[in-house]
Amino acid sequence: MKYSKENIGDEIPGREYTPNIAQSMLYNASLWNAHRIHFDYEYATREEGYEGLIVPGPLIGDWLHQCIQEWLGDSGRIHSISYSNRLASTVGETLTSGGVITGVDDTGNTAEIEVFVKNAKGEIVAPGSAVVKF
Amino acid sequence: MSSLLTPEIMAFVGNKTKPQRELVTRRDIRKYAVATSNRQKKYLNGDEAPPMFHWHLFWDVVELEDLSNDGVNIDSLLPNLPLFKAMAGGVDFEYLKPIFPGDWLTAIRTLTNIYEKKGRSGDLIFYEVLMEITNDKGDLVIRDKRTTLMR
Repeated sequence: MKYSKENIGDEIPGREYTPNIAQSMLYNASLWNAHRIHFDYEYATREEGYEGLIVPGPLIGDWLHQCIQEWLGDSGRIHSISYSNRLASTVGETLTSGGVITGVDDTGNTAEIEVFVKNAKGEIVAPGSAVVKF
Repeated sequence: MSSLLTPEIMAFVGNKTKPQRELVTRRDIRKYAVATSNRQKKYLNGDEAPPMFHWHLFWDVVELEDLSNDGVNIDSLLPNLPLFKAMAGGVDFEYLKPIFPGDWLTAIRTLTNIYEKKGRSGDLIFYEVLMEITNDKGDLVIRDKRTTLMR
């Protein structure tokens, strides 16, 4: 598929994630991340004042990448991306990714994408923006 | 307002790690892809590393006695800071080359900035680290800029 400036404003498909504690454990183990807020409920709620176990920030960052990469398939690559973790999310929450095309260059070889992960209240927990190359 | 950041702390800006060289394996890619709910076959099969796999590859393998009570370790680039509860902040990545199983990659991390801000619930210290990842030919593969908050 060829993109042009007419595609600016088009949404790219997102998906839902409901991370459970097993996923959080496997993800953190794969990194070597023992941060207690991800697996120790008493610690997360009593010591740190969170409402539950916290979904790892970089896992949500990975989902921003997935949103773009699934849309691209084999037709392009993420060249650069920036994002921030704005709000904490707890294990068991349903989070939804999505994005929109915000720019396409004259050649149609490069596009800019805004991506997000939202929580069930519709709050953006992680906004990002990326440049993709086709 | 008195600053939490003394000249002794600020002197650590510019501090670099030694090069860390790691091997990309199919099994590690598969584990990472599964743990992140990836749905793309090339990643699930371990044929290519998904973006952000480099976080798995270069996370410090910290010894258990070096973990603090909250289960984290203080970044080896940092001096002792007066705040020590870490939170993920913003990142900025450039992906310059794909990563495949069998690749040997080398990362060097540099502490590029430390600054403070007043947050809603008190003082915050931010620090920025640049990680540059190269392959054995010396090509830059990923440039990873990360901001972490301490509260």
